[in-house]
Amino acid sequence: MIRYSKTHEYIRVEGQKGYIGISDYAQKQLGNVVYVDMPDMGDELEKGEDFGAIESVKAASDLIAPVSGEVVEVNVALTENPRLVNVDPMANWIIAVDIADMGDLDDLMNQEEYDIYCLSESH
Amino acid sequence: MDNIEKLKLTCLHDLHVALGAKMSPFAGYDMPIEYAAGIIGEHNAVRNACGVFDVSHMGEIGITGEDAEFFVNRIFTNDVTNAPDGQCFYGMMLNDEGGVVDDLLVYKRGHNDYLFVVNASNITKDEQWILRQADGYRLCLEFMSEEMSELALQGPEAERVLEEVVGIPGADLAFYTFKEIDRDGDTVIVSRTGYTGEDGFEIYGSHPFIRQVWQALMESGRATPCGLGCRDTLRFEVGLPLYGNELADDITPLEAGLGIFVKLDKPDLVGGEPLRRHKSEGGPRRKLVGLEIQDRAIARHGCEVLSPDGEVIGKVTTGYRGISTDRSICMALIDARYAKTGTGLSVKVRKKTFPAVVVPKKFYKKSYKA
Repeated sequence: MIRYSKTHEYIRVEGQKGYIGISDYAQKQLGNVVYVDMPDMGDELEKGEDFGAIESVKAASDLIAPVSGEVVEVNVALTENPRLVNVDPMANWIIAVDIADMGDLDDLMNQEEYDIYCLSESH
Repeated sequence: MDNIEKLKLTCLHDLHVALGAKMSPFAGYDMPIEYAAGIIGEHNAVRNACGVFDVSHMGEIGITGEDAEFFVNRIFTNDVTNAPDGQCFYGMMLNDEGGVVDDLLVYKRGHNDYLFVVNASNITKDEQWILRQADGYRLCLEFMSEEMSELALQGPEAERVLEEVVGIPGADLAFYTFKEIDRDGDTVIVSRTGYTGEDGFEIYGSHPFIRQVWQALMESGRATPCGLGCRDTLRFEVGLPLYGNELADDITPLEAGLGIFVKLDKPDLVGGEPLRRHKSEGGPRRKLVGLEIQDRAIARHGCEVLSPDGEVIGKVTTGYRGISTDRSICMALIDARYAKTGTGLSVKVRKKTFPAVVVPKKFYKKSYKA
């Protein structure tokens, strides 16, 4: 199951675990990604708060947590090769979290809703 | 998006949109930030081949009349008096405190005949400043920003592209000189100038002429269309300042390391007195430096710079992950006591602090043609 936030993060849910990254639409808007500022293992995310940033050549964008929970994995491959986010943003998630409250997923968008949301943003 | 309608458009706007450019407001204009090649592709095109920028948003001000030369030399920091016609000068206009009103290019077209080319973001401020200073002088001021368009053709192949595609020979122009050409009754100005750290030309003319040149360049495929995104990365890598970042009303050219463009021996220079005083008091208290961050993190405009004791000693003015040089680098205006090359400092980026070292701010070696 994949859900999207209005700030263009996705969360791929497998059981209690959620893999968080940025959407394909977001990576296209950003252009060449040159740096991903990631939290550390064990950090506690709070839904709606920034947990890091993603930087393209021209600007930095905050990463906003779609759910609350503890960081259980960090995609260290992005440290040396941040451009992987452009290559395949779904395969190259940024962090994985232990989702604290599955109810946090309720206000996120599914694929169809998100596609329409992106269309309305890029009109 | 109500504000889009109030944005000004350059004469090439529809062509940028047709090329699929990402457009964004800049200095009151809807300007191309990047095209299909993206910032990195465009940046490399200028460093290795040839790129063309629509810089029609820049401001042009003509200053003529009996007192023009004396007046220009009074409000402009460089010395225009002993140069031949056809010479360009880089310099600044200063306010009474020695801060920078704007940095600009001055074209000496003839005796008492000058053209100022100023930053788009400062056009209104500059016009008002010049009008205020002009009181009592015999001058004719012509504000021509709306009628003139401008292209910057930049990169090692620019000379050949200019000659073969645009039909204007450039080999006779030395760096920082210009010539005027008549094209179907319109005056065209071509100078060997630019703001990328590469050889290149800037072309000024009427809207129809500039459209014609742009379209010829696009059809030839020999100049990559380049947006303001890579214009910023290119100028930054060679340590050139951008007004609003490295220069401002409250930053002096001495602080910004631009002293060679300020002829303080000119007794009448507006803003000269406070700078002479700073110099006699041992130099400016702040200095613009280059910093290399010992991490992939990127310090952007406004990030705090800290001394080894953790005290805030200044702020980042521009920062990038370098393109021609793969390092995290920035320029920062800091307390002059920490400005020596090799000094270990740190930079705060969001919640984290990273070590950084003071380095020369020419991060990439330029290759102008003499």
